[in-house]
Amino acid sequence: MTRHGRPPPMFHDWTNTIATIVLGALLAYVAYSFVQWGVVHAIWRLPDGASSIMCRDVRGEGACWAVVVERARFMLVGGYPIDEQWRPYAVCLLFVALYAASLVRTLWSRWLLAFWIAVPVVAVVLLRGRWLGLTDVPSEFWGGLPLTFLLSTAGFTVALPFAVLLALGRRSTLPAIRALSVGYIEVVRGVPLITFLFMAAVMFPLFAPQGVNVDKLLRAQIAFIMVTAAYLAEVIRGGLQAVPRGQYEAAASLGLSFWPAMMLVVLPQAFRVSIPPLVNTFIALFKDTSLVIVIGLFDLLGAAKAVIVDPKWVGFGVEVYLFAAAVYFAFSYAVSRFSLRLERELQRAAGTA
Amino acid sequence: MGGRESSPFQAHVDMQAVNKWFGALHVLRDVTLKVRRGERIVICGPSGSGKSTLIRCINGLEVHHAGRIVVDGVELNDDARTIDQVRCGVGMVFQQFNLFPHLTVLENCTLAPIRVKKATRTAARDLALHHLTRVRISDQADKYPSQLSGGQQQRAAIARALCMNPKIMLFDEPTSALDPEMVKEVLNTMVSLADEGMTMLCVTHEMTFARQVANRVIFIDAGRILEDEAPEAFFDTPKHDRTRAFLSQILH
Repeated sequence: MTRHGRPPPMFHDWTNTIATIVLGALLAYVAYSFVQWGVVHAIWRLPDGASSIMCRDVRGEGACWAVVVERARFMLVGGYPIDEQWRPYAVCLLFVALYAASLVRTLWSRWLLAFWIAVPVVAVVLLRGRWLGLTDVPSEFWGGLPLTFLLSTAGFTVALPFAVLLALGRRSTLPAIRALSVGYIEVVRGVPLITFLFMAAVMFPLFAPQGVNVDKLLRAQIAFIMVTAAYLAEVIRGGLQAVPRGQYEAAASLGLSFWPAMMLVVLPQAFRVSIPPLVNTFIALFKDTSLVIVIGLFDLLGAAKAVIVDPKWVGFGVEVYLFAAAVYFAFSYAVSRFSLRLERELQRAAGTA
Repeated sequence: MGGRESSPFQAHVDMQAVNKWFGALHVLRDVTLKVRRGERIVICGPSGSGKSTLIRCINGLEVHHAGRIVVDGVELNDDARTIDQVRCGVGMVFQQFNLFPHLTVLENCTLAPIRVKKATRTAARDLALHHLTRVRISDQADKYPSQLSGGQQQRAAIARALCMNPKIMLFDEPTSALDPEMVKEVLNTMVSLADEGMTMLCVTHEMTFARQVANRVIFIDAGRILEDEAPEAFFDTPKHDRTRAFLSQILH
């Protein structure tokens, strides 16, 4: 019963009441089965010396989280040398700290922007190790969560300035610049991301001049940047359209020329409007990095797939995939909650106008 | 209204046979206008007559297609640097204020002096507070535009323009978007500017202001200047029927 003395909407009439009861029972049954499978009958660890046969005995009745416990390291940091594994963990911490700091409005400043550039650079340097006098670990051995963080964060940060240029180009009065921008955005948006990854992985080496050998990870990263730039350009263009013409004119009438007017007056306002769709694009990119599996890079999902083809653990895909899904979900959910809160704050700020 | 008439040959704004089209629409037809240093010009006319376009041509917000415009000795051309140079000496106040919503009132005022004139932060701040005091809103300096009333916003916009030390001020219907009780505070600010000898071109329908402050009133209709008279002559003995019809509509 609500405060108004009326039943809540799901009990307003007979059809609603029946639907509510049936769906409620169904949900309760699913939740109960999941708890039975995932908690009550689950095996969390294998006793020392026991084989995975033990897990096979309870298949269908209980989950075998032992696979996740045993292979979590591999899924989180991929095939990175075990002696050096503090490095990928440190990189993960760096990225998580970066995302956490970005959630705090009071920390928003030029410095935060600088960190979005610095953290991926530090991550690459630390993972590679060669320039720090650490053991050299080529990018073929990088994997798991650091790869997911690196591809998405660097992809977003590097794509952003290109996206701004593309968005401005699309609004330019110069026909050649406009045509180039429109052409780029439409072609890239019209082609699936996976095609770009294949092109980067397979076609580029075929057509590249002899002796030119670009790291596979770098090629994938460039593919992500190119695609993200096109998507972000459209987001920013939407933001630019929301800035009234009077703002351009006021800036111009004060003697500000094109770039200062853009950087100081127009773009700050355009970005403010674009924050929710920008966050949205980042979440999409974060999840899309899992596509690098098709070109043989082992990000979080790729590492998970590698685990379930291991003969010892064949058949426990559900547990492994649930774990990978939970990691993706944890980050995406945190970011989307943040974006909702931000949207409300910005609406409040606009509401005082 | 004598004002400080300097040599009549020394035009501060000199428009010669200016023409402009919006597509097929001929918005300015052979507009010739000389404004002397320190002169206050009020421009009025029916909506769509081209009065806003006329003053927007003076700081290059609109491009003229034929004729010459010389502002403080500099002829406007296609060169962006020339236009920026002219804009540094010409302040503009808009109907919708156009304050920058993401900056405080003080930051609105210091932005251009710091970025364009390379003033130091302290110098820009002192100058901004001087002009904000002049328009009597220095106590609002750290607020955002959305926290101010319309009249306060428009006065802040005037202060922002003054911070560039302009020699000429353009006003494009500065009181049209204001609630009636706020019109007076903005007009008072403009009157005190006029008293200090600023060259002013003002598009407005505030005919009391025109009588009180203007040296000349210009009536423009369908892109053509029909009247260019001292206020007494303009209001008492208008030459054209169009002017009479217009005046009878806005004066009661």
